[in-house]
Amino acid sequence: MSSDGPERRAAAARLSPAAWLRDRIGWDGIAHLAAKKEVPVHRYTLLYYLGGMALFLFLVQVATGILLLLYYRPSAAEAFESVQYIMAEVPFGWLIRSIHSWGANLFVGVVILHMASVFFLKAYRAPREMTWISGVLLLFLALGFGFSGYLLPWNTLAFFATKVGTDVPAQIPGIGLLLSRILRGGSDVTGATVSRFYGIHVAILPAITTLLLGVHLVLVQQKGMSVPLSVEGTKPRTMKFVPDFLLRDMVGWLIAVGLLAGLAAFLPWELGQKAEPFAPAPAGIRPEWYFLSMFQFLKYLPAEIAGIPGELLGILFFGALAAILVLVPVLDRGASRGQPSPWWNRLALVALAGALVLTFLALLPPPGQVKP
Amino acid sequence: MDTADQEHSRRRWLTYLLGTSLGASLVSFLYPILRYVVPPVSSEPSLSEIELDVKASDILPNSGRIVPFAGKPVILFRTAAGELKALSATCTHLACTVQFRGDRSDIWCACHNGVYDANGTNISGPPPRPLTKLDVAVRGEKIVIRRA
Repeated sequence: MSSDGPERRAAAARLSPAAWLRDRIGWDGIAHLAAKKEVPVHRYTLLYYLGGMALFLFLVQVATGILLLLYYRPSAAEAFESVQYIMAEVPFGWLIRSIHSWGANLFVGVVILHMASVFFLKAYRAPREMTWISGVLLLFLALGFGFSGYLLPWNTLAFFATKVGTDVPAQIPGIGLLLSRILRGGSDVTGATVSRFYGIHVAILPAITTLLLGVHLVLVQQKGMSVPLSVEGTKPRTMKFVPDFLLRDMVGWLIAVGLLAGLAAFLPWELGQKAEPFAPAPAGIRPEWYFLSMFQFLKYLPAEIAGIPGELLGILFFGALAAILVLVPVLDRGASRGQPSPWWNRLALVALAGALVLTFLALLPPPGQVKP
Repeated sequence: MDTADQEHSRRRWLTYLLGTSLGASLVSFLYPILRYVVPPVSSEPSLSEIELDVKASDILPNSGRIVPFAGKPVILFRTAAGELKALSATCTHLACTVQFRGDRSDIWCACHNGVYDANGTNISGPPPRPLTKLDVAVRGEKIVIRRA
């Protein structure tokens, strides 16, 4: 008898609504997985909350981003005015937009912390290499979200940051100018760039992110939580993911919502001046904090080093850093054998310290600033 | 050749045909998308000369302003000696718009602290090349800028 025979159908008709739904959707497998999922408890357990926090902040960005779409208009003539309208006229528009802007910064910060904790706990070692690689790619996507979203209010700061940011790839020999044209939607940063960045910010990046985030989360579930090398042999005790860990996660999310609302209320995100393509770049121009170290590095590069354009060397340097970051699990032979890799830790600390110093230098007032 | 071999080679032939036609279809889908993504080259206004709505006497010694020329910013300034000059205002480093600094009689890019002298020569910071010079003339009261 087939499984969809009349007897089975009759039996299904007698089920309670909940059982009927369960029978149709088949969520028993998911419920079983959730019940089985456990989180190791040791001195570094707190760091496990960073991933969930990043996911939560991402969802806040999705929700507030969708709300902003209802009023935002992507063109050089209307972008600035529509954001001004959201901030000044739309009820709670200031709240939604400020949460979106603050949330973006918090999100990038948490993603960086999440990555640093995974790095120093060596959670990327076998068999979790693909989880790390998908995570680094998600960080690059987060930076892409930041860069593309920054232009959308069409203010002076964003205009010049985008001019510089889209001129950097133009330095690559051969395909550079084409890349820059594709990014800008023309040879200059104009209204065409706004439409393009808008499409990238609200459709292309979200689509790629959804896919990659799905892969990342499935991998995390499949491989379970990694424990640091120092804990590995000791059989740490565990806590249930549902409800114990999840409830603690939610406490963190509640605090994050409070923080975002507080920041939005007391430090609403500024809009600045409307972009004026025929005005000089104002003094003190700089990008978002997570690009400051690169920005400062570009300032120190001379025009030419050994006959090679300085900018090109800069691009090669950052490209190499990005490639190393992606390939850390493959390159770190010690960790892949389950041994400590102190040299990788030192290298990472030097890189972090360098980025911090450059960021600090970028925050100092520019030496050539004209006194008003 | 026995039947199994014949079958095998026929299958390989079919797989090849299927593979290449799928590949060709994919290329035919991707090609228009790639072409679509690259913006068309707009015919740049081929202006070689414009008359500005600016009086020559409005530009005081040791001051300057940005004016549009064929869709690009141009910096128009008067040196302390009274000479009117015009240079491309697009920084040769990473394309920010430069400004004239009256207190130092030089041209400065705020983005990465690049400095040019009043002739447009890059003198410090990251700019790799000088700013392009333009000719300035005064016709009656009005200023005329022209490609050098």
